[in-house]
Amino acid sequence: MSSFRVLSSLPRPSLPRPSHGLVLIGAVPAALVLLPIGITLADAAEAGARQVIALLWRPLVGTLLFNTASLTVAAAFCCMALGTAAAVLIERTDLPGRSAWAVLAVAPLAVPAFVASYAWVSISPEFEGFGGALIVTVFAYTPLVYLPVAAALRGLDPALEDSARALGDTPWRCFYRVILPQLRPAILGGALLVALNILIEFGAFAMMRFRTFTTEIYAAYRSGFNGAEAAALAIVLLIFCLACLAAETALRRNVHYARIGKGTRRRATPWRLGRWRLVAVPGFALFALVSLGVPVFTVLFWLTQHGAAAITPDEASPRALLDATLSTIELGLGAALLTLVLALPLAILSTRWPRFALTLPLERGAWLAQGVPGIVIALALITATIGTIPALYQSTFLLLIAYAILFMPYALVGIRSALLQADRRLEEAARSLGSNWLAVLWRVTVPLAAPGFGAAASLVFIAVSTELTATLLLAPIGTETLAIRIWGDTSTLAFAAAAPYAAVLIALSMAASWLLARRFGVSALHTDPGG
Amino acid sequence: MRSFRLPRSSRLTLTALATAGLLTASVAQAQAQTGAKPTLILYSAQHAQVVTMLTKAFEAKTGIAVKVHSGEGPEIANQILREGKSSPADMVFVENSPELTLLDQNHFLAPVNKATLTVVPRADSAADGDWVGVLERQNVLAWNPKLIAESALPRHLADLADPAWKGKIAIAPGDADFLPLVGAMIHAEGKAKTLAWLDGLKKNAKIYQDDEAVVAAVNRGSVATGIINNYYWARLRTEMGPDRTPSRIAHFAPGDVGNLINVSGAGVLETSHHQKEAQQFLAFLVSTDAQTMLAKSSVDYEYPLHPGVAPNPLLAPRDTLHPPAITPAELGNDREAAKLVQQAGLI
Repeated sequence: MSSFRVLSSLPRPSLPRPSHGLVLIGAVPAALVLLPIGITLADAAEAGARQVIALLWRPLVGTLLFNTASLTVAAAFCCMALGTAAAVLIERTDLPGRSAWAVLAVAPLAVPAFVASYAWVSISPEFEGFGGALIVTVFAYTPLVYLPVAAALRGLDPALEDSARALGDTPWRCFYRVILPQLRPAILGGALLVALNILIEFGAFAMMRFRTFTTEIYAAYRSGFNGAEAAALAIVLLIFCLACLAAETALRRNVHYARIGKGTRRRATPWRLGRWRLVAVPGFALFALVSLGVPVFTVLFWLTQHGAAAITPDEASPRALLDATLSTIELGLGAALLTLVLALPLAILSTRWPRFALTLPLERGAWLAQGVPGIVIALALITATIGTIPALYQSTFLLLIAYAILFMPYALVGIRSALLQADRRLEEAARSLGSNWLAVLWRVTVPLAAPGFGAAASLVFIAVSTELTATLLLAPIGTETLAIRIWGDTSTLAFAAAAPYAAVLIALSMAASWLLARRFGVSALHTDPGG
Repeated sequence: MRSFRLPRSSRLTLTALATAGLLTASVAQAQAQTGAKPTLILYSAQHAQVVTMLTKAFEAKTGIAVKVHSGEGPEIANQILREGKSSPADMVFVENSPELTLLDQNHFLAPVNKATLTVVPRADSAADGDWVGVLERQNVLAWNPKLIAESALPRHLADLADPAWKGKIAIAPGDADFLPLVGAMIHAEGKAKTLAWLDGLKKNAKIYQDDEAVVAAVNRGSVATGIINNYYWARLRTEMGPDRTPSRIAHFAPGDVGNLINVSGAGVLETSHHQKEAQQFLAFLVSTDAQTMLAKSSVDYEYPLHPGVAPNPLLAPRDTLHPPAITPAELGNDREAAKLVQQAGLI
């Protein structure tokens, strides 16, 4: 009893509640994410309900709804089929070269969708419109289904299948009745991510000249229409995005296929493909060829085409290429730094005070970023600063803020896992052994957390260097990134001029992704919303 | 004692950060050294390639660097209106006169130097002398001989609203080049008739995002005809080569609204702190050197407004164009046109 008293009267290593200061700076990410949503709503409110309804009750909005819905359904269906098939073949069969296919199945994530779009459109204008948009989205987003399904397959206990087989199910029936239901949350979750990505994608569709909400918001802005039209469309888009995000989160939370019983799980016996190899191997080869081969080889082809084919005098001089590459890298590094700094307090809050009443709402608020399209963020930041805050307007800092809002979830994932690695009991042990706080920081916390910070920074860096929409709208005057160059040249059909920039962008993205995947595993390339 | 070593990845990251920082610093320093002359900021809705050519030549000649902010014409005009007095722009250079008219009406433009104005025909600049015409181009009809006979082509722009044209015409109502055509129609026929024409056009037309897409669609045979500005066809032909360009361009009847000529012009912002240098840039735009450079390039395909400079030989001679008699002032500022296009449900 007395010894308990003594212990409890010692200064506690942590406060039961986070300090007000920490909560305040931990609230910054959520506030930043809610800012563009608030500005968009205010823009619409200013126009008044009647005008917003009039703007939305137009045939154009019907076209956009139809385009978006048909593409989403078709692409989600294709991605579910392809992603699930790829995951089953790689995880559960004796497919030759499985480890290579596993890399190729996620490699499309390193090719920005708008670069793939540029490649297809430059092959033939026939790809413009729905067909091309479907090809690009399916091959860009299949990894979003493949990764969760593959992870789910690795987590399944083959004991259930053994029982089903023992009770007389054929292999196909067993797959249909036992495995598929267990994969359903992963498949549906992946499909919702595909839908979300289609909703927020801008560059790929603009280049395909396929009209969706994002391209029309951009068109409204470019036609010089007052903010009301862009805001009205943005609100519809936001509703869809946030619904997808909410559905995905709910799905993840509510469905659990728990393994009952303990003990070591047997590794599932790979199914023999037999003659099906003759279908599966060429199938994978075709997937890789279309998803990676087309962008890469098209860019290489255009690299060999000079001046005559390019209707641009501003040919990719080494100087322009270097400038664009450096701008891209600088923005990527700057954004990674800013995003990590902004995310750190919230991550500390969520790992050290998970049960504090404000932690969850603040985290959720920051996660909403996944459902706010870049175009909405960019236009809102312009509205917030134009004519009122000249110091911020058209500044690099404002662009970095936009990136931080967009990619906050990436930073949070990495930092959270890093902080969980750096278990505070280890820090306390070091303190009790006589190290001062600085030594603890350098010798315990930093070495343990550094890889996670590195992963978070790389994710933000990759995302920023391949980002188009916010960059296009917010880049300071005179700043030309790789993405901006590709966009500018493609819009004037100068495909050869765009090629060097596209080549560097693909190389940069692939190199960064490869380093990241090699260090942290392929699944590091894929950030789960909802934490 | 163990030395504190950062993990390899962190060291790499730090090195990369330091390198990027040094590079930025050196670039900034290089810029500061040439800082004796101001750097001008140009808001441009002209094609990026044309503007790059012009700003490079201007810098080579005068030592004055020009930074460019690009966008669509209405976007840029609207942006300057929203930026107000704090607009960083020194000059504005757009493809169509209505955006300049809009800025002029809102008193955003400073008078252009007399010497610059006198280089080009008086009618192609602002009546009050607040912006100067630089280049011009014509609205034309691109057509594909595989899908339609030359004799069946329309005589008048108004004809295209006729049900006979259903599915045979492509337009890009969202392209900034479409609005001046509607503005000209309003001037010639009045609002009611223009709206009826737009309604008919909406029933008949295949809608594309921009003129590049329209001319590409006509060329590959997706649609028989399309309304474009002449230079989109010339650019497509340069890109594809004559063998892969079966499409051709046609003009409407002499004096028809469809033959409208769009003036691309430039102005100096009243709020610019570099009036002298900005005026120098405008003078350069209409100079023989700049106009000859553009006319000879395989990029621009617009008619130079400098009377002494011959247009690109790929273009129809200027005196065969027969445009309608509409001044830039009569063409207005696009606001009315945009409203009608929206009302008709085209955008």
